[in-house]
Amino acid sequence: MSEAVVTLHFSVDGEDFTSAGQASVQVKKSLRQLGISPEIIRKVSIAMYEGEINMVIHAGGGEADVLIYEDHIEIRLDDHGPGIANIEMAMQEGWSTAPDNIRSLGFGAGMGLPNMKRYTDEMKINSVLGEGTHIVMKVNL
Amino acid sequence: MTVHELAEALHLETIVEADGKRKIDGCYIGDLLSWVMGRAQSGNVWITIMSNINIVAVASLADVSCIILAEGVTVEENVRAVAEAKGVNLLASERTAYELAASLKDLIE
Ligand SMILES: Nc1ncnc2c1ncn2[C@@H]1O[C@H](COP(=O)(O)OP(=O)(O)OP(=O)(O)O)[C@@H](O)[C@H]1O
Ligand SMILES: [Mg+2]
Repeated sequence: MSEAVVTLHFSVDGEDFTSAGQASVQVKKSLRQLGISPEIIRKVSIAMYEGEINMVIHAGGGEADVLIYEDHIEIRLDDHGPGIANIEMAMQEGWSTAPDNIRSLGFGAGMGLPNMKRYTDEMKINSVLGEGTHIVMKVNL
Repeated sequence: MTVHELAEALHLETIVEADGKRKIDGCYIGDLLSWVMGRAQSGNVWITIMSNINIVAVASLADVSCIILAEGVTVEENVRAVAEAKGVNLLASERTAYELAASLKDLIE
């Protein structure tokens, strides 16, 4: 595979709800500067935001990398949170373990992972209970 | 129709007019952020009663044309400031989401 043309790296803070989504907003800005089309920017932004928020809410933060290749954009999310016990279940619309205080902010509809799948061309989840979750998503250019 | 024209026509309170010339295209109503992320279309007017800071990133990333806070919901100063910094149009009204959407339909259809 060819080398990534541009790589972006972010540390996602697990404590701070007021800045949640910042990495995604930054990615949107960078993609716009690179002249990527609005439709692609929207797909990447939505997928990345859902993944970023999940790391904040469910995993105490993590790392996000965005790699831009000639023909696709790759989003990599890595956390050392509790892991996902049943990925198939977690992928279902409406399934959520978000606590009430998080739900009162408008999260916890159980739509984040399904959105990530919908807005990307490829999505792989690797999760080990007690160790963490790694997600790779690809959007074709 | 632009966001600025919409605000005038529906007598909305303008909290932030970051890009008044942005064209509006359709409408989405909802308070659950992942539903908005997944279902709202680019250019939609987003009507909600959710007022915490996270609505700004959602509006920006889902690329809606503006947020209308319904039912007299207010925002804290930091929400206003972040909306301004991120270029998100933020409007408000005493009216319900239903009333706003019904008026919007009369305007754009
Ligand atoms: N990074 C993660 N680490 C641990 N668990 C996760 C992670 N991401 C998702 N999950 C689990 O998968 C469930 C479903 O995730 P999903 O994003 O679809 O919904 P949600 O985050 O609960 O709500 P929403 O995204 O609609 O606000 C979560 O409730 C959580 O139990
Ligand atoms: Mg989620």
